[in-house]
Amino acid sequence: MSAPVTGTPAALPEELAAPERTGHRGSALVHRLFVVRELGILAALVLLVVVTVVANPRFLSGQNVRDLLLSAAILTVLAAGQTMVIVTRNVDLSVGSVLGLSAYATGTLLVVAPGTPVVVAVLAGTAVGAVCGLLNGLVVAAAGVPSLVVTLGTLYAFRGLDSLWASSADRLQINAADLPSGFKALGGARLLGVPVLFLVAVAVVLLVGWYLRTFRSGRELYGIGSAPEAARLSGIPVGRRVLTAFVVNGALAGLAGVLYAARFQTLDTTAGTGQELFVVAAAVVGGVAIFGGSGSVYGAALGALLLTTIGTALPQLGLDPFWRDAAVGALILAAIALDRALQLRLAARLRGRNARRDR
Amino acid sequence: MDHASSSAPGRVVLALEDVGKSFGAVAALRGAQLELHAGEAHALVGENGAGKSTLVKILAGVHGPDTGRVLLDGQPVTLTDPAAARAAGIAVIYQEPTLFPDLSVAENIFMGRQPLLPGRRIDRRTLGRRCRELFDRLGVALDPDRPARGLSIADQQMVEIAKALSFDARVLVMDEPTAALSGVEVERLFAVARSLRDSGAAVLFISHRFDEVFDLCDRITVMRDGQWVSTDLARDLTVDQVVRRMVGREVSSLFPKIDVEPGEVVLEVRGLTRRGVFADVSFDVRAGEIVALAGLVGAGRSEIVRAVFGVDPYDAGSVRVGGEELRRGDPAAAMAAGIALVPEDRRQQGLVMELSVERNATLTRRWELARGGLLSSRAERAQAAEWSRKLQVKAGKLSDPVSTLSGGNQQKVVLAKWLSTEPRVLIVDEPTRGIDVGTKSEVHRLLSELAAGGLAVVMVSSELPEVLGMADRVLVVSEGRLVDDIPRARADEDSVMLAATGQGGTRAGAAR
Ligand SMILES: Nc1ncnc2c1ncn2[C@@H]1O[C@H](COP(=O)(O)OP(=O)(O)OP(=O)(O)O)[C@@H](O)[C@H]1O
Ligand SMILES: [Mg+2]
Repeated sequence: MSAPVTGTPAALPEELAAPERTGHRGSALVHRLFVVRELGILAALVLLVVVTVVANPRFLSGQNVRDLLLSAAILTVLAAGQTMVIVTRNVDLSVGSVLGLSAYATGTLLVVAPGTPVVVAVLAGTAVGAVCGLLNGLVVAAAGVPSLVVTLGTLYAFRGLDSLWASSADRLQINAADLPSGFKALGGARLLGVPVLFLVAVAVVLLVGWYLRTFRSGRELYGIGSAPEAARLSGIPVGRRVLTAFVVNGALAGLAGVLYAARFQTLDTTAGTGQELFVVAAAVVGGVAIFGGSGSVYGAALGALLLTTIGTALPQLGLDPFWRDAAVGALILAAIALDRALQLRLAARLRGRNARRDR
Repeated sequence: MDHASSSAPGRVVLALEDVGKSFGAVAALRGAQLELHAGEAHALVGENGAGKSTLVKILAGVHGPDTGRVLLDGQPVTLTDPAAARAAGIAVIYQEPTLFPDLSVAENIFMGRQPLLPGRRIDRRTLGRRCRELFDRLGVALDPDRPARGLSIADQQMVEIAKALSFDARVLVMDEPTAALSGVEVERLFAVARSLRDSGAAVLFISHRFDEVFDLCDRITVMRDGQWVSTDLARDLTVDQVVRRMVGREVSSLFPKIDVEPGEVVLEVRGLTRRGVFADVSFDVRAGEIVALAGLVGAGRSEIVRAVFGVDPYDAGSVRVGGEELRRGDPAAAMAAGIALVPEDRRQQGLVMELSVERNATLTRRWELARGGLLSSRAERAQAAEWSRKLQVKAGKLSDPVSTLSGGNQQKVVLAKWLSTEPRVLIVDEPTRGIDVGTKSEVHRLLSELAAGGLAVVMVSSELPEVLGMADRVLVVSEGRLVDDIPRARADEDSVMLAATGQGGTRAGAAR
């Protein structure tokens, strides 16, 4: 009549009666699932690299890897900022345009005043981005317009501003020859063989990750995305926090613009076009929930690295660039499926836990 | 009854004077007033929709009053937002849990107030320790590090209580904190509330359970239709007086149970087991019978009925309706076989908060109401109107979204939704949670009548009077097992509580 019982039913009552033993299993379980999530991306990355190296041993040559890390650096910085916005249940689609504007502004500054110290140029580009982020954030937080709509608008507005500026200044393109050598050196600079731009990206990721985990305001960002109404009821200054997330994201997009200028050194008004969706894809692949409240910046960074690697690996495998898009698409779907599966497992495990309370 | 330190007519800490608040055309409050003294436990009672939660939200800084004043220590204050109320020393437990599902239980409790290390960094070790201390005080065995997602409604409530206690507030406001709890947890909560009161805090307590109101509170304020009716010392009042003031008329006997000769077995549960949750659960329910599942919160009662209905899986055992075995984990099959489940957590499982009252009420039987594949909104509206009338749903319009209803009225909509499917087996999980006296006896009468008409009813309830008043048989669940099967004649408070706490119960086999 009944299905065979797996496990030992006799052991059940003790288990039920011993809630203190479940004490640390809950956290361990959650922790494990997150690690699983990030290990999943890492595994995909390793697999991809191995396959590519088998097909083309030169893939792991020093220069090739350095190029890869340089490209990944820009996307990673963008993904770190985007994560902060997405965990609050918002999104910033304007980052590609902000990157373009900041890159062009930095380039112009260096052309007009070639003596500008590199540090000042970096700060200037970042500040341009922060101002763009402030605009986005103000409209979202104060006017209560959905961020998807606001940043879709500013995506075009910032790009338009960029073009307008370039044509009115009659400087449609900035070439490497126009830029001071001190700045250009930044693009190729290495520390212990690792490109400095990549180290900058790593530093950004660690900083943002540390902030989100260790500070009250960082935790509040997760709270806002997890349950906006509860956040309001518990006295979290929702508007101010969301505004901050947008400003920081804008600033990081501005920084990414400077990195772009330093790496490519040829700037026109199309820089960064289409990056916004690539960034969101990186975050989603990295396990950042698009409805906010969960996900880590480390996952997003791994996602960015994975997407960049696909972009460089597929041509080396002799595949059409079309396959890159298909691969990215498949990856996003796989990531969503994985998240869902993990979530269901977690839910099942936690529900079983409910009954295990004493008294 | 023990009314404790009724000799404490302390200072007035917090007062509302002639407060009015409207939502569009609905006047939720008009001329409400309240005075909270230091060192008193004060009850606020009133029917569903009387405006109690609206008043709480004004104290909490969520809503600003349209008219009237809020006085703190005799000074008028404007509580612009929840943070301002919190800064003024007012801690609130809302009627609906307000947790962050993705964050850990400990973070939920201390959000925005996490203990800090130098450099304003969160001190996670202290955070966990303080959370465990709170839980020890409340006697809760929850893991501080688990996420809040998936907590049972009672556990969510305990987390909310822990959160409010962590404030060391001068005013503690509790909006139906006990609705999801059973006796033991309520006692613990009251012990903590009494010690707060004795240390000089003011406690405002809202509940539809009068035994609790009289047990805890020194004074009682009654509201009706958004208006203040009376404030008196609890010891000068009787339950009947309070009820009459609330309702404005006499209320008939509370549990009009009709005696029915049970028919044949409709629902057969055999050896149902879900590892780590419940084990070897067997029982029968006959047509016309009301069977109650009693036990402590967390004993596994909700989990058992969820598995029977198929929303949760089980590892072994079988469920039969009218002799036909149900596929496990398939609620659609259960519904087709004639089972209906009114779930415990209306927000997550019972209602679509953004949809209108009528949409929600007819959500489960839309196909029958459709004509030629098109939903006939007239039929839908007629159905909704009929059930809303039977259950006395108080809503502005039936086309209003459910989210704007008072807590008790939302519960009525969930009931309407499932009763309208005309099931053979009705499973109700805490059917009268948060429902006021008048309607509660309506719901009981309805259940009783449905049973008399041949329906088999399984009722999970933490309210002992409800269990004893309604059930033909009481099945007692303790730690995931059925420990006793008590017929109506032998069921009383002692026999059920003894079995539930694992001290009584001689039941050997399963259903008879
Ligand atoms: N945000 C809102 N929008 C529209 N109407 C509302 C809103 N909040 C409350 N109401 C209405 O105000 C009235 C009072 O609701 P309230 O929640 O204060 O009742 P209550 O006394 O707490 O009832 P219960 O015992 O059922 O919890 C109800 O008629 C409700 O529909
Ligand atoms: Mg209420």
